[in-house]
Amino acid sequence: MTLFPAVVEAHLAVLLIVVPLIAAPLCSLLRRESLAWIFAAAVSVVCLALAVAILGQVMANGPIAYEMGGWASPWGIEFRIDRLNAFVLVIVSAIAAVVMWYAHGSVRAEIGGDQQPHYYTLYLLCLTGLLGVTATGDAFNLFVFLEISSLSSYVLISLGAGRDRRALTAAFTYLVMGTIGATFYVIGIGLLYMVTGTLNMADLAVRLAPLADNTTVLAGFAFIMVGLSLKLALFPLHLWLPNAYTYAPSAVTAFLAATATKVAVYVLLRFLFTVFGTDYLFEELTLNGFLLPLAVIAMFIPSLVAIFQTNIKRMLAYSSVAQLGYMVLGLSFASITGVTATVIHLFNHAVTKGGLFMALGAVLLRTGGVSLQNMAGLGRQMPLTMAAFVVGGFSLIGVPTTVGFISKWYLILAALEDGRWPIAFLILASSLLAVIYIWRVVEVAYFQPALEGRKIEEAPLSYLIPTWLLIGASLYFGVDATYTLEVAGSAAAHLMGNGG
Amino acid sequence: MTEAVNTLLLLFMCVTALTIVRQHNLFAVVMLGSVFSLLSAGMFVLLDAVDVAFTEAAVGAGISTILMLGVLSLTNSRERITFSTPIFPIVLVMLAGSVLIFSALGMPEFGAADAPIHGHVADRYIEKSGAEVGLPNIVTSILASYRGFDTLGEVTVIFTAGIGVMVLLGLRRRTAQDGSVEELPLPGEGNMRHHSVLRVTAKLLIPFIMLFALYVQFHGDFGPGGGFQAGVIFAAAFILYGLVFGIKNAVAVVPEGVTRFLIAAGVLLYAGVGVASLLMGGNYLDYSVLAHEPTHGQHLGILLIEFGVGTTVAAVMITLFFSFARRTRKKT
Amino acid sequence: MTEVMSHFNYLVVVVLMMIGFYIVISGSNLVKKVVGLSIFQVSVFLLYISMGKIIGGTAPILDDRFTVYSNPLPHVLILTAIVVGVATTALAGALIVRINEAYGSIEEDEIYRQDGDA
Repeated sequence: MTLFPAVVEAHLAVLLIVVPLIAAPLCSLLRRESLAWIFAAAVSVVCLALAVAILGQVMANGPIAYEMGGWASPWGIEFRIDRLNAFVLVIVSAIAAVVMWYAHGSVRAEIGGDQQPHYYTLYLLCLTGLLGVTATGDAFNLFVFLEISSLSSYVLISLGAGRDRRALTAAFTYLVMGTIGATFYVIGIGLLYMVTGTLNMADLAVRLAPLADNTTVLAGFAFIMVGLSLKLALFPLHLWLPNAYTYAPSAVTAFLAATATKVAVYVLLRFLFTVFGTDYLFEELTLNGFLLPLAVIAMFIPSLVAIFQTNIKRMLAYSSVAQLGYMVLGLSFASITGVTATVIHLFNHAVTKGGLFMALGAVLLRTGGVSLQNMAGLGRQMPLTMAAFVVGGFSLIGVPTTVGFISKWYLILAALEDGRWPIAFLILASSLLAVIYIWRVVEVAYFQPALEGRKIEEAPLSYLIPTWLLIGASLYFGVDATYTLEVAGSAAAHLMGNGG
Repeated sequence: MTEAVNTLLLLFMCVTALTIVRQHNLFAVVMLGSVFSLLSAGMFVLLDAVDVAFTEAAVGAGISTILMLGVLSLTNSRERITFSTPIFPIVLVMLAGSVLIFSALGMPEFGAADAPIHGHVADRYIEKSGAEVGLPNIVTSILASYRGFDTLGEVTVIFTAGIGVMVLLGLRRRTAQDGSVEELPLPGEGNMRHHSVLRVTAKLLIPFIMLFALYVQFHGDFGPGGGFQAGVIFAAAFILYGLVFGIKNAVAVVPEGVTRFLIAAGVLLYAGVGVASLLMGGNYLDYSVLAHEPTHGQHLGILLIEFGVGTTVAAVMITLFFSFARRTRKKT
Repeated sequence: MTEVMSHFNYLVVVVLMMIGFYIVISGSNLVKKVVGLSIFQVSVFLLYISMGKIIGGTAPILDDRFTVYSNPLPHVLILTAIVVGVATTALAGALIVRINEAYGSIEEDEIYRQDGDA
C-alpha cells in the first residue's frame, strides 16, 4: 500500500518537516486571512498523510534512518524514526490538522485584524519545530527545532493580548523560562559532547555506556533533565504553563496543550531510555527512587489547585500539569507496561485535552468568557458543546469507555506488576480529584438556571465538528484500543530494547 | 603571552558581569552587556574560533545592543531599586554552580589534543573536508554541508523572529479596542539633521560597508565569514542610514513589501536547494548531485544557500530595526 | 592545585554562567532579565569554544603551513546558538515594549500587582 509516488516514499521522513517549513514563508506572503487559512489547512492535511505513511512504513519495515545531505552519521545529521516517534509524529500532525480547521473561526473572533494572516505562518512554524524535534536523531539539531517551536509559541500566546493584556506577561514569562530550559539543555549536551565527541543520539548511547562513573556525564544528565522538565512543565517547574494556556487564543491553547508538552515527554523518553539507558539510570543511579515520589506529587498538587480555579481554562491548564505527572509516573516504573502507559497516555491526553480546550473556545465565543459563572445553564443552551465537555471530562477522570480509562488501567497494571499497590491506590485517589473539578462545571452548566435575559445559541459547525472529531476519537479509542495499544506497546518494547 | 591575555580577558568578563548585577541604570546595563559580548569575542579569537568571534561581535555587541537600546528608548531607562537580596535565587544558582563544578572533575584537561572531543567525529572534518567539500574554511564546510540542516533550522529561527516582531510591533495599522483602525505615523528625520559631519561621514561609509558585506558573503569559503555575518553587516548599512537620515527616508529606500518578500525568499532559496537535490536523485541538501563533479556541486550548493542565509538575515535585521524605530512612544 | 590550573578556563566559565543565571532569576526588571539571559548564553558559548581548543592549534581554516587545528564543530554549533540567541532577544524586546504600553511599567512585581486587582 503506497500512498505516494516512489520519490516521495523514499524521502518521507524529511518531507514531513520540509513541507511545513517551505509552506511557512509562502504563507507569510499571503495577505488575506482566508487565503492563508485554506493554504495552511491544506498543508496540515498533507503533513498528516505523510505522518501516517511514515507510521505505516515503520510498522511494516522497521525504523527509518535518513541521512541529511547524504553524509553518513555521526558526521552528518540523521533523522531516525522508530515506532515511538512515528506514533508521536502522527499525534502531532493529526492534532494540527484538526485544530487548523477549527482555527479559522477562533482566529477571526479572538485576534486583531492585521495579525490574522500571520497566525497561520506562526502555526506552521510551530508545527515544523515540533515535528523536527520528534524526527531528529541528533541532539543538537533537536535544540534548533525546539527553538523554532518555542519562539513561534511565544508569539502565538502573545496574540491573546487583544482580549487580555496578561497574555503578554504570560508570553514573556514563558520566554524567559523556556530559554533557561533550552540553555540548560545546551549545557547538558555540551558536557556529553565533551566526553564522547559525538552529537548523534544512537552514537551517544554507545559511547556513554563505558562512562558510567564519569561526573561530567552525570552533570550533563542533570542539566538535560532539568532543561526538559522546564520545557514540559513538570511540577514544580510548571509555573509558566497555567498563565500561558489561560490567556492564549483558544486555538493556540488547544494546539499547544495537545502537542507541545507531549513532544517534550517524547524527548524525555528518548533521552532516558535510548541515550542513557535503563542500566545506567535505574540500576546505577536508582532514578525511580527520585522520579516516583516526584510524579505522585505532580499528580496531586496541581489537581488540588485545579479544584479552586474559577477560570475554567486555567483549571484545565492545571489539570494538564497533573496529567504530566501520570506520564512521568508511567515511565518511572522502567517497565514495558509502564512505558506503554506513558506512550498511550500521550495520545489519549492529546485528543482529550485538545477537544476540551476547543469546547471552551466555543463557550468563549458565545458567552464572552470562560469563568465558572459563564457556564451557568449552558447545558441546555449549548447542548452539543457541553456534551463534548462532559465526555472530555469523563476521560480526564478515567471513566470506562473513554481513553482516559485505558491510560489509568495500564498505569495501575504497571504499578501492581511492580508490586507497588499503594501507588495503584494513589492513582485512583487522584482520579477523585478530577471528579471534583469536573463536577463543579457540570453542576453549574446543567443544574443552574441560565443567566436571565441571556440568549445563547449553540456554537457554529466550524467549532463543533473539530471538537467532536477529537472527543469522538477519545470515545472510539476508549472502546476499541487495539490499534493504539499495539503501536504503544510495541514502541515501548522497542524502546526498552526488547525488539518489537 | 596568550595565557596572560586569556586570564586578563576572563577577569574583565567577570568584573563586567558583576557590575551588571549591581547597576541600576538600564542604559549602563545594556552597554555593559555589549562590552561583555565584545570581550567574549576577544576570547573566541584566542580560542581559535574566528568565525564565532566575528559573529558575536556583529550580533551580540552590535545588533542585540541596538535592539535593547531601542527598547529602552520606548520604555524606561532606570531600574527601580530594591534593597532586599533574595535568598531563593542564590540557593538555586549555588546549586547549579556546584553541579557544574562537580562536572568539571570528569572533564579532560583544557586544551589537550587527545581529549575525546577531538577524535571520532571532528577529525574526519579536518582530514577529509578539503577533499569532500573542497573549501579551505572547515567551519563553512560543516555549517553549510555536513550540518547544513542545522543551518536551515537556524534561518527558520531568524525568520520566526522576524515574523514575530512584525506581529508584535511592526504592523503599520493598529486596530484599536473600539475596532477603529489607526495609521501609525512614521517618524520623520531624526534630530541628526543638523549634524553635517555625521551625514557626510555616513554617506562616505555606507558604500564601503555594503562592499564589505558582499566580500564577507562570497569570501566565507576561504576566510571567516559567510551569509549570516554578511547579512548582519548589510543590514548595518541600512540601519546607519536610518539613524542619520531618518526612518522615513530609509523606508523609502527599502519599502516594507520588499523586505517582507526577501525575508521569505531567503528561506525558500535555502529549502529549495534541498528540494532540487531531492529531484536530482540525492538526499535532502546533498549538494554533490547538483553538478557533474561532486565538489562542483558542493560549491554551487553552498554558494546558493549562503546567499539565502544572507538575504533572510539582512531583511530580518532591517525589519527588526524599523519595527522598533518607528514605534512611537506612548504617553504614560 | 594542578587540577585548578588545568581547568581554569572551565571554572571561570562556570562562574560567569552563575552570574548570568543569577541576573535572570533575581531581577524584577524585564530589560535586566533579558541582558542576564544573554550573559548566561554567552558563557555557555565560551564553554563550548573552550572545549574545542587545542593548545598549539590554529583556527580551522585549511592551510599548508599548519597541521594542528582546533576542533571546528563547537564553532559551528555556537554560530547556530548565537543566531538563536539574537532571535530570542529580539522577541523579548518586542514583548517588553508591548508590556510597557499595556501596563506603563517594566518591573515584574508592579505588573503582577496591577493584575492582582484587575
